[in-house]
This record gives sequence, C-alpha cells and structure tokens, in this order.
Amino acid sequence: MLIDMSTVGLIQVEEDIKILPPNVIITTFDKIINWGRLSSIWPTTFGLACCAIEMMAAGAAHYDFDRFGIIFRGSPRQADCMIVAGTVTKKMAPVVRRVYDQIPEPRYVVAMGSCACTGGIFRTYSTVQGCDTFLPVDVFVPGCPPRPETLLEGMMLLQEKIRKEQARWSPWR
Amino acid sequence: MLKVEKTFETRELNVNMGPQHPATHGVLRLVLDIDGETIVKVTPYVGYLHRGIEKLGESLSYFQALPLTDRMDYVSAMSNNIGYCVAVEKLFGIEAPERAKFIRTIVGEMSRIANHLLWLATHALDIGAMTVFLYCFREREWILDLYEMICGARLTVTYPRIGGVRNDVPQEFLESLWKFTDEFPSRILEYETLIDQNRIWLKRTVGIGVISAEEAVNWGMTGPTLRGSGIPYDIRKHAPYDAYDKVDFDVPIGTEGDTYDRYRCRMLELRQSNRIIRQCIEKLPKGPIMADAPKFTLQPKDAMFPVTHPTKQHAYYIEEKVCKGCGMCLRACPAKAITGEKKKPHKIDQAICLQCANCLAVCKFKGLKIVPGGKGLSEDKLKELAAAPLPEEITKATEHLVEHFTFVKRGPRAPEGELYVATEVPKGELGFYFVSDGSGKPYRMRVRAPSFIHAGCLPRLCVGHLVADVIAAIGTIDIVLGECDR
Repeated sequence: MLIDMSTVGLIQVEEDIKILPPNVIITTFDKIINWGRLSSIWPTTFGLACCAIEMMAAGAAHYDFDRFGIIFRGSPRQADCMIVAGTVTKKMAPVVRRVYDQIPEPRYVVAMGSCACTGGIFRTYSTVQGCDTFLPVDVFVPGCPPRPETLLEGMMLLQEKIRKEQARWSPWR
Repeated sequence: MLKVEKTFETRELNVNMGPQHPATHGVLRLVLDIDGETIVKVTPYVGYLHRGIEKLGESLSYFQALPLTDRMDYVSAMSNNIGYCVAVEKLFGIEAPERAKFIRTIVGEMSRIANHLLWLATHALDIGAMTVFLYCFREREWILDLYEMICGARLTVTYPRIGGVRNDVPQEFLESLWKFTDEFPSRILEYETLIDQNRIWLKRTVGIGVISAEEAVNWGMTGPTLRGSGIPYDIRKHAPYDAYDKVDFDVPIGTEGDTYDRYRCRMLELRQSNRIIRQCIEKLPKGPIMADAPKFTLQPKDAMFPVTHPTKQHAYYIEEKVCKGCGMCLRACPAKAITGEKKKPHKIDQAICLQCANCLAVCKFKGLKIVPGGKGLSEDKLKELAAAPLPEEITKATEHLVEHFTFVKRGPRAPEGELYVATEVPKGELGFYFVSDGSGKPYRMRVRAPSFIHAGCLPRLCVGHLVADVIAAIGTIDIVLGECDR
C-alpha cells in the first residue's frame, strides 16, 4: 500500500473497524489537478465577429456560464482558455496567435462557429479557412453562430477532455 | 560634453489600443498619441475583420447573397436583411404585399430594440455599470426567443425574403409580442433608474465627445449619433419604406451633441420602437406574404409534386434516338444508376434508380421520358410505353420543375442599370448600391456602412479628452466591426 496508514491516524469506531478521520480525501495528483483545472476554466474575452455576441449571451444571466466556473477575463495573462469566436482573417491571424502565446500554460483553444472551424461561408481571399491551421484546437463547436447551449456543450466536452489528461503539460511531455 | 536642456520637456507617448481589447467592440485598433493623459491624436485602423462580403456578393445570385447581410451587422441582422431586400426589390421593380410590409416593420423595430439593448449593455459595462448589462440581456433574450418562434434562428435570421417574408407569423407570436410591448416600457424605466441620474454616469458622459450639428453633418454621421446633435434626419420619416408611412412615431433629438444626449436619444427611440410595434400589430392586414412576380420570386413547390414526390411507381427511360450522350444526367444521378459512354445513348439501370427526377431536370434534349406506373416492367415494355403521350398533370409538373431548376441555378435576371437605396438601421443609414448588367448576379455590390463612417469620426470625438473617455466615445458611436470592414 502506498499510503502509510500509521501517519494518517485512523479512528476506531467499533471493534476491528477503523475508518479515516473526517476531512481526509485520498486521490491521485493527476485527478485532483485535473479537477481543479476543469472546474475553473477562465477564457479571455476575445470576440472576433458574430459568435462573440452569442458568447456574451452565454456569459449573461440567462445561460450563466459562471455556475460552471467559467469566468471571462480581460487579459490573456490571467486566462487559461481561448474561445476563438468568429471569422479569423489573414490580417487578424497573427494577432490571434500572439494572444494565444500570451496565455500561460496549461492553455486550451475552443474554435467557436463555422468560420473558426472551417472558414464557413467566407471562402474568400482574405479569410483563414479554419483557425486550426495555426492553433492547436481542442474542441470544435460548429454552427453559424452556435447557440449558447451548443457552446456550453463544447465547454463541457473540454472539461471531459481535461478530466482524462495525464502529464500533458508536464516538463517531460 | 553632455548638453543640458534648459526647459523641461515632455514627450508624446504612443499607445496601441486593440485589436484585442475588451472595450473596442470587436477588432478595432486605435493608435493613441497621448501627452500625459490627454489625447493629442487618434488613428483608427480598420480591416481586421475584412471578409470580402462585397466581392462575395458579386459571385452569388441575388437570393444567395441575402445570408451574407446577416453577418455584416450581426447585432441587428434583421434590419440588414430588410435593407438588402428593399434595395433588391427596387432594382427588380417589384413590391412586397401589404401584410409582408407590416411584418417586416415589426421585426425591423424588434431588431432596433435588440440592438439598442446590446449597445446600452456594453456601453454601460465599459463605463463601469455591470448591473445594466445583466438587465439588458434579460430583455434581449426575450426578443431572441420571439425571433426563434418565427424563423428558428436567434442571431442570423434571414427571415425577410426578396418580395416578402419567409413564412407567415403564427398567432401565438403576435400574442407574446403584445405581452412584451406591454411589459417593456416599465423595463426601460428600470435601466433609467440605474444610470439616468447616476453621478458617475453623468461625469463620464456629459460634455464628452461634443460635436455640433454642422460638424456632425459634415462628418457624414447618421442615425442616433447625428440626432444627438439636434438634426431630425431619419430615413423612416423622409423616404419611408415598408409600412413606416402608415404608423405614427416621433424622431427624438438631442440638443448638446454630447455622449449623454446620444444616450438619451437611444433610450427614447426604444419607446418609439415599442410604439411602432404596437401600432403594427393592431393594423396588421390579412393577405399574401410573397409578391406575385413569377420572374423574380420563387414559386410554390406544390405544382411539381407529381414529379418531385412521385408515388414510386414511375420509371424513367432514355430514348435512344434523342439522347446525344452529353453526360449531364450521368453526373446528376445520385445513385449512379445511369451508365453509358460519351456521345452514345445512355441507359438507366431500373434496379438501382431512386426515381429522384434529377436526370429529368438536367436533360437538355428532352431525351428523358417519364413512364407512369412503369416500375418493374421490362425494357421493351418501357420503350413501348414511353412512346405514348403523357398525362397532362405530369407534363406540366415536369415543365415547372425544369423552370424552377434553371431559375434557382441562374438566379432572377435583374434589369440593367444602377441604383442606391438607403434604409434606417439602428446604427444609421445603411445603403446598398448595385450595378446590374442584366445577369443573375450583381456586377458591383457596394455597401454604405454607417459603422465605417462613424469609426472615421473617432479622432474628432476623442482629441482633447482623457484616455478613459476614448472608451465612452467608442461606445457612443455604436460601431460593429463586421459592418465596418465587411
């Protein structure tokens, strides 16, 4: 057994039955770190186009992202997730990448909307055909624009992904 | 030797604001030259959301370009749709029926309310009032729910069509909208209790970004931004479209031309929009919702049902004498039931054929024959039956299908010429300029976006104020970068 039971200080409730004292939880580091990360995803407020309005609606009172620990932050340096909400143009792509680089690790990317996923209906000279061409995207949320519920589903998928992570952000990855 | 300056000098500082900034409403980039905390010069840089909508519109037919207008000003997509439809209807020379006009007026004013609510929410949030944001989104959700009842979409609606609207409004929609208009004036009062006489709000808005009436006209401002300076210019009054000449409403104007006056203008406009919606619901006439113009609008699909929704008893047969082996049907067949070499008669494998009638629609030489009740018959029997004349119902339906197909594929042919039509969207004057060369696509499509022109006024509004007032100035002109950059 990995845990030295003599140091924990078991409590004897009956004869031959010893239990752990209250307020002690046994878990693995991976589990508790992942739990911490997934229940406080802080995305940057980074609206590009139409999807940003739905992202705002998702953050407002009706859909209320706060109850999942998703709180929008103004600065990328305080955030750990980026929701690419809208069309990424060729002029904007370097800026998007720079914002991503400013986010401290661990960091996640959610591509919200058809434009961010594939370029959508804008198959033109100035539009980047999907933000996965220059960013490592974790979750794709399709729709034009996706409803707030759809974005919520995407964020919950991201939570599931984080829950299963093992040493993704470790120094030896 | 080191030279010592005798006078104390300060240097201007160059600050980049945006394109990623929580308060720039999207991807606007401003370069501020500041002396201490006073603005000396502001240079707006646009184009971070340039998606090529105008160019894309030139490669799509008039029907297909309609969804692009949603994505221009996404905060009030319905108004943009109406603006586009009104312009294209003028180009085609058709007119929407009365009921459609009233429905459009209703949804247009709903979008004005939704836009002003989002404007108030973000403007107040930027200046520092968080509660207003939550209050405004509560009512905005209500309007978006109402949108969902009529077209199924929340934001990018594409509900109006060229020559009318997509579908009739259900009775329950009108009832819940009436309930909304009953409730809404009291909600406006709620917002006003929060900020109207609030000392911080007054300090941040009164006397900020003052622009005189003459200057506002010279800078090309329109909409509430112009009306705040005291000029009652409203396209709904001066060149009425839709049903605006049949309803009664006032155009609220300001006196000072500062941020607070523009805010008051928009709050009063909310009440006027509410009034217009109530009048429209009361006066809503009965009748059709699409214009009767077969050359320019899509016809109902019922007439071609015998072909498009066959009883699965039909068979399709290619006449060997007529077929020239062009391969059109071969490519159109989804089940790959048609085989044959080029320039030789093709053949349909009756066992695989799905009876979708795609081949019938694309055949140019009328080599394809429809054989009613021919399912499961031998090849010789089909040949014999194909020679017999068809029932009239099916011949008519076939013609209708072919017409419909070519119409959708090519698009309605607009008359040659050019025109500019302006409508009043919540942000100001939205104009569409078309050059038509008589084909199904516009030769040039140009959009006069109010946001673009208002973004150009930013230097005039900001210079001389403090850095914090730039946020108030961006908020007060109510720009959306999707429309500005297109």
